[in-house]
Amino acid sequence: MSNSTSAEGTMEHAHRDDAGSRLGMWLFLFTELLLFSGLFLTYAVYKFTYPDEFHAAAKELNTLFGALNTIILLTSSLTIALSIVAISRGQKYLSIFFQLMTIAMALGFMVNKYFEWSAKIGHGIYPGSETLQDKGHGQTLFFGLYYTMTGLHGIHVIVGMVLIALMTFWTWKEKINADTFVRLESAGLYWHLVDIIWIFLFPLFYLIS
Amino acid sequence: MSSTTSDVNVSYLDYKGKHSGLLGWITSVDHKRIAILYLVSMLVFFSVGVTFGFLMRLELIAPGKTIMEPQTYNAIFTLHGLIMIFLFIIPGLPAVFGNFFLPIMVGAPDVAFPRLNLFSWYLFIIGGLLAIASIFMPGGAPDTGWTFYIPYSIRTTTNVIPALFGAVLLGFSSILTGINFVVTVHRLRAKGMTFWKMPLFVWSTYATAWIQVLVTPIIGITLLMVIVERTLGVGMFDPALGGDPVLFQHLFWIYSHPAVYIMIIPAMGVISEVIPVFAQRTIFGYKFVAGSSIAIAFLGSLVWAHHMFTAGMSNTAMIIFSALTFMVSIPSAIKVFNWVATLYKGSIRTEPPLLFALGFIFLFAIGGFTGLIPGALSVNLNIHDTSFIVGHFHYVMFGGTGFGIFAAMHYWWPKMFGRMYNRTAAKTGFWVLFTGFNLLYFPMFIMGWLGMPRRYYDYLPEFHIYHLISTVGSWILITGLTILFTNLIHALRKGEKVTERNYWNGETLEWITPTPPYVFNFDKEPVVEAGPYEYKRNDVLEPALEEEKA
Repeated sequence: MSNSTSAEGTMEHAHRDDAGSRLGMWLFLFTELLLFSGLFLTYAVYKFTYPDEFHAAAKELNTLFGALNTIILLTSSLTIALSIVAISRGQKYLSIFFQLMTIAMALGFMVNKYFEWSAKIGHGIYPGSETLQDKGHGQTLFFGLYYTMTGLHGIHVIVGMVLIALMTFWTWKEKINADTFVRLESAGLYWHLVDIIWIFLFPLFYLIS
Repeated sequence: MSSTTSDVNVSYLDYKGKHSGLLGWITSVDHKRIAILYLVSMLVFFSVGVTFGFLMRLELIAPGKTIMEPQTYNAIFTLHGLIMIFLFIIPGLPAVFGNFFLPIMVGAPDVAFPRLNLFSWYLFIIGGLLAIASIFMPGGAPDTGWTFYIPYSIRTTTNVIPALFGAVLLGFSSILTGINFVVTVHRLRAKGMTFWKMPLFVWSTYATAWIQVLVTPIIGITLLMVIVERTLGVGMFDPALGGDPVLFQHLFWIYSHPAVYIMIIPAMGVISEVIPVFAQRTIFGYKFVAGSSIAIAFLGSLVWAHHMFTAGMSNTAMIIFSALTFMVSIPSAIKVFNWVATLYKGSIRTEPPLLFALGFIFLFAIGGFTGLIPGALSVNLNIHDTSFIVGHFHYVMFGGTGFGIFAAMHYWWPKMFGRMYNRTAAKTGFWVLFTGFNLLYFPMFIMGWLGMPRRYYDYLPEFHIYHLISTVGSWILITGLTILFTNLIHALRKGEKVTERNYWNGETLEWITPTPPYVFNFDKEPVVEAGPYEYKRNDVLEPALEEEKA
């Protein structure tokens, strides 16, 4: 109750409750994991049905690209964590710097992804293509899942970039400051989720060859 | 949005915020106003769904073509299902009455995330409008049934994608509402409101919120996968490309069976509120009623494959799913027994809310038992996809949840709007509705048992009599609905004014708020000392008990 009454004696519907916000964010992240779990389940079913074909298809993916993207995303998780530490110490511009670094790395990830996808499509590997039909059911499903799962992950990367950009704007406007930074923390949590999903996608698609 | 304390000690209906008129409603983050937004939109969607149901029944009044083409019929049963499930039954109690009363009943000024709450409503409206718009877009209304079963949902040329995308948005709206309620219950309970002092409606809404959070993402991804299949042809569910259509059914029911409990558990919560108040007795077995909501939520997540006994599964899997299905009935039965035990020796007042609660118990019992029949493997083969199933889930969903929603409306309407409806009209409406309901749905059990398949446009002459009775029942049912809603809507303007706070003599926190509640619900901070149904100073029961002793 007391939460809803601010210092000036006014009342608002939206009140400040950092622990509540964090709880809400964790629940939301859990639903995001469950969203992906449908695809992970589908992957598991077809990996079980077509083990050899999945093995062969994974060889076509460029592990170097994948590894590079993994390093980029892991590092970006570090920078967003650093930006939170910075703002908690009141270092506004350092925090903004780290947030911009994160966005830049996310952008790098997407550029990488773009080249990787275009190379695959250039080789005639895309859903419904003749090349893929000749490769048989298992490989068709492998690449179908590859595009669906990395595609959905890519959408999450873009959403994360927009979110962090918004955070940067708020930090600049000092709406996010040393005292109130639960939003930045939530955005950081979201970014770690994007990271962790990739940590699972990388071995499932690139390292099973 | 912010104003001084004196400004906000007015009814939420009269509050003058930043905006006035309609804008003051659709930009308000007040949980009560959002609840009313849900109520209005839900009732509009409900009337569309009822109209489709009426047309469907009219078509089936006689064998052969009566008023529409088969394709129109397919579209109508699809949209009837979509609208009723996603836009009426699922949001009916959590989004309308949960939004309005959950914060009040735990003693909070609002939900945990008021802005997110408003955003959920916008998602709900956009999703709902997309589903409705799919009727009018070129390509024709979707005709897959609300289940969107593969492979037909990939092959049909009708507007499946807008309907699917609408359902995805509705799912997200439901998830966000669920998160909001879980956090509200954990963070915003008033002083003294421990978990074991929470009203049972809060318990049931809380259990429901967890199901919403845990299973709705699965339907989201499943429907998105169908969209991907339709647009790109990835082959995840297409046998021609190596996929498996049964996998779709699993993913679909992993959500859609727990969704049945999203629909029914809050209704059980309403009944658990209404029965003690109108018997003026504490609820029998409070902890069991509360815990059984959680038990249903848990067990209900493990029974999905009983929808698929004819789809192809190992015998072991089928036996396990069948056994789990029988187990779910135990917590439901606990509730029913406890409600009846609460009524025993109570001082019962047969006001409209109690009538609906008793109607719920009667119809839900029939619906529950007829749910055990298809849960048995051997019988399932016989009645799978027959109108027996249609009868069963209408008894549970309409007879259960629908009546639960009507009970909630008649119980809380004066608190929400400060006006009392005409009680005689409400009782008349109940009896007409109850009669029409049984005439409409009971023949479905008989003809389903005899072999009438569900979703068929045409039928053999021997089923004619049952279809005829059923269609006549639908007219009576609609008459009942008309009486009820005319009465409630009429009460908004012309009803007797209610300012008394506790007009039903309840013991939960909404009864200490002003009628209608203030903007921040309470005029003084609530402190909870006793449990929700402790009629300690009961002046009716105690003398009677004394008499019995003597």
